Amino acid sequence: MIATYIEVIDGKIKKSSLEALSLAKDIAAVKGIKCLALSTSKSASAEVVGSCGADELIVQDSGELDQSQLIDWLCKLYSAYQISYIVLANSSIGKAIGGQIAAKLQLGIISGVNGWAAASPMQFRRSVFSGKANAWYSFMEDKGVISVMPNSIPVKKTYSKVAEISESNVNLSGPVFNSVNKELVKGKTPLTEAEVVVSGGRGLKDPSNWGMIEELADLLNAATACSRPVADSGWRPHHEHVGQTGIAIRPNLYIAIGISGAIQHLAGVNNSRKIIVINKDPEAPFFKAADYGVVGDLFEVVPKLNEAISKFKEEHH
Amino acid sequence: MKILVCISKTPDTTSKIAFDSDNMHLKEEGVSFIMNPYDEWYALVRGIELREKFGGTVSVMHVGEASSEVIVRKALAIGADQAIRIDSKPKDSNDVATQIAHYAQNQSFDIVFLGKETIDHNGSEVGALLAGMLAIPFISYCTKLDVEGNELSATCEIEGGEVSFKTQLPAVVSAAKGLAEQRIPNMKGIMDAKKKPLEVISPVSANQKVKLVRFEALPPKTAVKLIAPDDIDSLVKILHEEVKVI
Ligand SMILES: Cc1cc2nc3c(=O)[nH]c(=O)nc-3n(C[C@H](O)[C@H](O)[C@H](O)COP(=O)(O)OP(=O)(O)OC[C@H]3O[C@@H](n4cnc5c(N)ncnc54)[C@H](O)[C@@H]3O)c2cc1C
Repeated sequence: MIATYIEVIDGKIKKSSLEALSLAKDIAAVKGIKCLALSTSKSASAEVVGSCGADELIVQDSGELDQSQLIDWLCKLYSAYQISYIVLANSSIGKAIGGQIAAKLQLGIISGVNGWAAASPMQFRRSVFSGKANAWYSFMEDKGVISVMPNSIPVKKTYSKVAEISESNVNLSGPVFNSVNKELVKGKTPLTEAEVVVSGGRGLKDPSNWGMIEELADLLNAATACSRPVADSGWRPHHEHVGQTGIAIRPNLYIAIGISGAIQHLAGVNNSRKIIVINKDPEAPFFKAADYGVVGDLFEVVPKLNEAISKFKEEHH
Repeated sequence: MKILVCISKTPDTTSKIAFDSDNMHLKEEGVSFIMNPYDEWYALVRGIELREKFGGTVSVMHVGEASSEVIVRKALAIGADQAIRIDSKPKDSNDVATQIAHYAQNQSFDIVFLGKETIDHNGSEVGALLAGMLAIPFISYCTKLDVEGNELSATCEIEGGEVSFKTQLPAVVSAAKGLAEQRIPNMKGIMDAKKKPLEVISPVSANQKVKLVRFEALPPKTAVKLIAPDDIDSLVKILHEEVKVI
């Protein structure tokens, strides 16, 4: 059996969990094994996980668990259901618990997987050297923990079934962490899950100029990001900072505006599927990583682009 | 406080990455190796700051061969008190964590620090494995950390925001940007480092759990297609037809 831990936020399953489930289902189909979805929220929908291929949804409605309890729960289910592979999203939770589960169950772990091959043994691909190469790994035994890099595996809602629901009632250990205070930016897609990202650098000169970046992001239904000096100067919040010291992302489209494309910035964005760069310096290193580029002054190009997109949308809807 | 900081060796950020013909090894000529930045700037420095505040010792631990001793000495020059090198070329993240856990389990460290990930394998696996092996809390991608008595308060990065909480020592902490400010070793630190103890110990046996099948270079990037700034409609067309975002 292969099992995916399903994260639910604001009553909805996270996209990165459905990506993880889609990879698990592909493996299950090749190996002819059962595919389980595991959730600690009754908001996890049997229709949604079923459409992604889960045969069974195991729910323990225990509210928000701390890390230690979640690990405890998953390890107990691992034994109870004779699971061989646990698949997680490589989200902040996945990164925190993946290795701990692997250690407790004495399994190998392959994290940040962005592709796989159905060889024998199976092979899993991960981006290495800060996005400058890939590496393929295999488990030594036919079991392990896999975490899936967000935006790497397409969600395939192609199965016309509803997962069978079973309730689990595992006795959990007490929490290890307390007085949790979560501060999230409400209503916005987290950067790691966004399919389109519009990002600004020091070329914007001043935080008051971010209006046009936000306007472009709205038009494209995109998340916003920034380079490190922009976050360091307090122009933008730190959770928007992408790159080696910031967040690594893999959107379908990354639009870099007034960003030089220093190697430390590229380390976080060079796995984007398409890159568009707007920069007035034709020698900016970002043009070497870009698919499309506009050499021009962003204060002229971006407003023109926003206007052209608005016009296009009006004409086509 | 008794603090352990785990450091690893990685190619410099700006290194050109190429592989030997077997695609199993990095071509090392021309590559300079450094202490993994997150280990150096954040994990080690926060460890030293806590020692400065509470007293105690900072030990650094490296699992690797003698060729890494320059990096270990640098950690001593920045301010660690002593170093331990486990003389082994680790096979996978489980091996690294097993070596560190074996050493740490009888040493009663209050905090074991690591960087959030290494910039070569980018796995972010060792910290969580280690916490699991030692059966103590793991604080992942920590950006703020304070200790009061036996209680640790921490803030961590999560998607679209942050989370803060308290837990008991001992704990394993993976360090992200914000936890500390980089320190540059000075002359005195470099001289002192020569006299600080560097213990070399033998590895314990560890089961290999994961193996590298091969490295893979990325396909060459096709040249950028330039669009004239007065031809924005072409860009809109690309956004619509090719990238399909409008
Ligand atoms: C160890 C280390 C880690 C780092 N980690 C990160 C990281 O995680 N993320 C990150 O981003 N950086 C990181 N950096 C910093 C990185 O090296 C660069 O300094 C940074 O990315 C530069 O940001 P920038 O391109 O916004 O600014 P600049 O280098 O100032 O570039 C601004 C760009 O805007 C263009 N520009 C200016 N005005 C206009 C205009 N009117 N119209 C169009 N274009 C214009 C310029 O041509 C230039 O290319 C790190 C550095 C180090 C040493």
